[in-house]
Amino acid sequence: MTQDIAARVKQIVIEKLAVDASKVTESAKFEDDLGADSLDTADVAMKFEEEFSLEIPDDALVKIRTVGDAINFVKEHHRG
Amino acid sequence: MQARRVVVTGLGAVTPLACGVAASWEKLKSSASGIRKIKHFDTEDLPSKVAGLVPSEENPDGSDNLFKQTNWVEPKDLKKMDRFVVYAMAAATQAVDDAGLLLDETANESEKERTGVLIAAGIGGLSTIYETAVAIHEQGCRRVSPFFIPASLINMPSGHVSIKYGFKGPNLSIVTACTSGSHAIGEGTRIIQRNAADVMVVGGTEAAVCKLGVAGFCALKALSTKFNDTPPEASRPWDEDRDGFVMGDGSGVLVLEELEHAKKRRAKIYAEIVGYGVSSDAYHITAPAENGDGAYRSMLSAIKDAEIDVKDLDYINAHGTSTPAGDTAELQAVMKVLGSESKSVCMSSTKSSTGHLLGAAGAVEAIFSIMSIQDNTVPPTLNLHRPPADLSIDLVPLVAKEKKVDIALSNSFGFGGTNSSLVFKKFK
Repeated sequence: MTQDIAARVKQIVIEKLAVDASKVTESAKFEDDLGADSLDTADVAMKFEEEFSLEIPDDALVKIRTVGDAINFVKEHHRG
Repeated sequence: MQARRVVVTGLGAVTPLACGVAASWEKLKSSASGIRKIKHFDTEDLPSKVAGLVPSEENPDGSDNLFKQTNWVEPKDLKKMDRFVVYAMAAATQAVDDAGLLLDETANESEKERTGVLIAAGIGGLSTIYETAVAIHEQGCRRVSPFFIPASLINMPSGHVSIKYGFKGPNLSIVTACTSGSHAIGEGTRIIQRNAADVMVVGGTEAAVCKLGVAGFCALKALSTKFNDTPPEASRPWDEDRDGFVMGDGSGVLVLEELEHAKKRRAKIYAEIVGYGVSSDAYHITAPAENGDGAYRSMLSAIKDAEIDVKDLDYINAHGTSTPAGDTAELQAVMKVLGSESKSVCMSSTKSSTGHLLGAAGAVEAIFSIMSIQDNTVPPTLNLHRPPADLSIDLVPLVAKEKKVDIALSNSFGFGGTNSSLVFKKFK
């Protein structure tokens, strides 16, 4: 299940940011490595909220810098 | 000091007839119609079910030249743009390429600072606004995309084009309903004339054919409802059986350039913009002034600005939306302008082929006016079987006509009683 979450998070990142799958590693930084700006990050976060039935408060969102951060946040908070 | 002359050096268009200026013009000349049954949303409870739709996978026209958004915009950027922005990106890209205007990294900074963008729209991101409101209603405010506002704003076509090409001069838009596209060309011309820029990428764009847009114009009783089963017959300017306009989507973009600047880089010159006139009806929010008074003054002002005689006019691309009141008022105004010269002028409404592109109409029709000069051909008014009685002007019914066109005038009028006329002249 947790493996599955990581894959689903990565898939959302790949689709939303239209980046190559090989770039979406756990250490990849949204802004520096994946070319996302603050609006893109907010858009990806919205998709996480919808996909995993969770809420990402603004103060938590600013701490999600890498794909790995996102996976960990989702694992801790997801309800679906 | 002599006024700076402004010429047109690039054209781009996405219309219900085709993607591209040449393809749209060829279809226009062959009496083709871009008006089809609306298929991309349910029209069950709408009295008007047809529109001028850009041929695409969701609204095919039987041709293999279908508009594909990802041909013009990176897939990851599509979510940041309403459809009206995407159409403008396509038309602007064509126009900039056509003009050979690419300012790459080697271009000097002052050249970029002297190049501006002014792309107008009448309504803007209506379908994005509609879909977002529905999402809020059904799922709450957290479902609002961070791109909702930037996708919908009317000045975003100008913003995106300036970002794409690094144009650092004026970055503006105009919102004057169905006159928007014409005003954008006129005001862009003025910007160059007053030496605030050497090049302006100007035009109009619209994608208001969504449930909210059609319902809104239906509520005004402005749209045709009698020809839902025969869409190509729905837009019939001046015809006895006309019963309202047909909405249309698309975009037209022109590259305007100061003459000496264009000559220096040996640009191809399509035509010169010699006249621009504007006026207000000061009468009613949606109905035209009696006898087309505002239209009359707008045309007169453009003719005066062009320093030409009325008898010099060869072709008028009318606003001609196919509404009972509007067509009559414009015809009255034109007859008053032309007087005894009316017999030598051709006037047609290309909305009979494309439908009414609202904020894009003035720009697309300016392009058609320029093409009439290029091609010495006047496009037809489709479906004009029963014209008004005692007509002394040629409304070019049903089929295009070969005619030497040196000077063409294009009219646009909008809700709020706002009028604009542009005069284009063969460049010599």
